[in-house]
Amino acid sequence: MNARYWLALRRKPGMFPALLALWGLLALPPVRYWLEASMTRHMIVQMPLLVAIGSALAHSLSRQQRCRIVAAAGGPLALLTLASFASTYWMMPRALDLAVASGAADAVKFVTLPLLVGLPLALAWRPLGVLGRGFVWTNLISMLVFIGWLYIAAPLRVCNSYLVDDQARAGWWMVYAAAGIFATWLGALFVGKPPATVDTPCAAGYPAI
Amino acid sequence: MKIVRRDLFATLVVAVLGTATLAWGSDGFSAFTAETARRQQVLRAPRALPTAVLEDQDGRRLTLQDFAGKRVVVEFIYTRCDSVCLTLGTAFRQIHQRLPEAARDSDIVLLSISFDPQRDDPAALRSYAGRFGADGESWRVVRPLASDDLPALLAAFGVVVIPNALGGFEHNAALHLVGRDGRLSEIRDLAAVDAFLADLEART
Repeated sequence: MNARYWLALRRKPGMFPALLALWGLLALPPVRYWLEASMTRHMIVQMPLLVAIGSALAHSLSRQQRCRIVAAAGGPLALLTLASFASTYWMMPRALDLAVASGAADAVKFVTLPLLVGLPLALAWRPLGVLGRGFVWTNLISMLVFIGWLYIAAPLRVCNSYLVDDQARAGWWMVYAAAGIFATWLGALFVGKPPATVDTPCAAGYPAI
Repeated sequence: MKIVRRDLFATLVVAVLGTATLAWGSDGFSAFTAETARRQQVLRAPRALPTAVLEDQDGRRLTLQDFAGKRVVVEFIYTRCDSVCLTLGTAFRQIHQRLPEAARDSDIVLLSISFDPQRDDPAALRSYAGRFGADGESWRVVRPLASDDLPALLAAFGVVVIPNALGGFEHNAALHLVGRDGRLSEIRDLAAVDAFLADLEART
């Protein structure tokens, strides 16, 4: 199974119940508190999982459903922009603190990370093309390194809810994640084969989703 | 072409709404951390504080409301602390020493509030007072008596206390000013003792 397999959007309809179960598991108070008790677990485990759930949700939809959502949103660029803004919001240290301090804010996080980041990103993925995807990857990698370095070097806590050494640890994990993503992406570019099936476009003049 | 135009238009709408959301979430791109937000909110709208019964280093009972008409400088501490609290205690001592004598007696009170009331009994509070030169009158070291008063007090001040691996705590330490009307009206950095004193002098 090559890496490109995971990058291309394939329909996996049976995934929906499993996704819902994973989402429910993450939302269970003991799991939620345990993951959010550490900045590293909150940022490096819980939040990426929520995004992945949204992206996997896109994979579980039928082609018609995907086309309908993309059409309703306006198009792939609008979806990518939506994902960028929503993820930027949750990147603010203040939003992280708020999610820990307020159950309502955390509920918003549990809904918006899958539906406004993971899902739109997955739907916009194919139409973005190699260049567009490269833009997303390089942005993600540079942002992880930048914020990670800031967290490692900052003598002050950016979140009131987290210990300063936890913050530095989260910073290191962001740097490791950036390195891992870079290696995977590079590997996929050289090793991967193009997806075997290409869906027909949603509408005339429209890129395949 | 129509499809591309539709996408671009939708992108523009998303960008405008997204920017508005980010602006809302960061108080107009001015507060990206909860700590900055807390300080700005208090400056904009001074906050009412709960009535909590406090016990000082000599076992005397008091509330924040007892100081109506005076200004109160508040820090949050736990007496076993020996890291950031040293800075905090030192900052407080500087403020205490540099206040005009007349103000110290009648106008401004310093209050070190312990958020570890189980361990910080009057004897512990007294030893903290001794360590930093608190006189027990114009600078009192206190703990909340009722267990549910502490969360209310911390919430009103916006102080978050988290236990660390060494059996101590980390907290967003700062200098807090409670105005004559009993409202929390300013929060400043520990390092900003000069600015804090200047503000005390300017706002009479």
